[in-house]
Amino acid sequence: MSRPAHKRPEYHKINKDLFVLTYGALVAQLCKDYEKDEDVNRYLDKMGYGIGTRLVEDFLARSCVRRCHSYSEIIDIIAQVAFKMYLGITPSVVCHNSSRNEFSLILDKNPLAEFVEELPAGRSALCYCNLLCGVIRGALEMVHLAADVTFLQDRLKGDSVTEIGITFLKKLDEKKYRRKK
Amino acid sequence: MADEALFLLLHNEMVSGVYKSAEQGEVENGRCITKLENMGFRVGQGLIERFTKDTARFKDELDIMKFICKDFWTTVFKKQIDNLRTNHQGIYVLQDNKFRLLTQLSAGKQYLEHASKYLAFTCGLIRGGLSNLGIKSIVTAEVSSMPACKFQVMIQKL
Repeated sequence: MSRPAHKRPEYHKINKDLFVLTYGALVAQLCKDYEKDEDVNRYLDKMGYGIGTRLVEDFLARSCVRRCHSYSEIIDIIAQVAFKMYLGITPSVVCHNSSRNEFSLILDKNPLAEFVEELPAGRSALCYCNLLCGVIRGALEMVHLAADVTFLQDRLKGDSVTEIGITFLKKLDEKKYRRKK
Repeated sequence: MADEALFLLLHNEMVSGVYKSAEQGEVENGRCITKLENMGFRVGQGLIERFTKDTARFKDELDIMKFICKDFWTTVFKKQIDNLRTNHQGIYVLQDNKFRLLTQLSAGKQYLEHASKYLAFTCGLIRGGLSNLGIKSIVTAEVSSMPACKFQVMIQKL
């Protein structure tokens, strides 16, 4: 009887699991600490903001993207480069209005919620991935762009896809950009 | 892989978040380390399950500790444990001379008093991993000069 060959576990996948599992443990701990869903959501957003402000430096160092001249370019870079680099997925981009400052990122697969079956009972208003919103908001603010980032649809709450809405609040300040150079 | 940056940042935010809520008087100081350690415990349990799904059975305790030092540490922290010592009576000391979660903090004795906060999660990670491999243990960490640190594992005989 021959022994089956020793299969090496997929190390890079397990590495991603580390982040996903840690995030899950964090949300579970927060649910224990805070009773109201809004508090948990706000805490996750704040944490994400702190992460985003630092992550954008790492992103810019790794990706060498060129300067962007419009909001839609920025959104494309977030979707196709940043998300791919850090989470391994490429959400699709939808633009909502003619003045081109309201966009949506549609995620078919949400890697952060990979191990989540369903939201716990009594936590229906919990935005499980609210960290992502904070990260995007923090990152954009570090490049001098104010934006409102929220979850419009969430698969964990029963919607068909997960949708993140990004609304840019001010016009790109051209003068500020040139001075930075 | 870029995931490392994400995990590092998340870990640092978790540590500062737990301590910030402690400052506001919600929990006492000692509980913060426990909270972080418990989170690490849960993550360690999950990780080791994914990890050892298809690997061969471990021969004995020492085999398990070697696995933790080599494969587990390499996957999680991109390097192996530099030194493993044991007294063959249930106490193991894992020494990492360049611990990934401390390299960004300082390169010597600066901020030494804060180092334990950043090690609590990893202590829990080791404890959780061992627990799901059938070993009950107590894991503590000590730092004398960053970024080197030692994790001491005390196996509890049931």
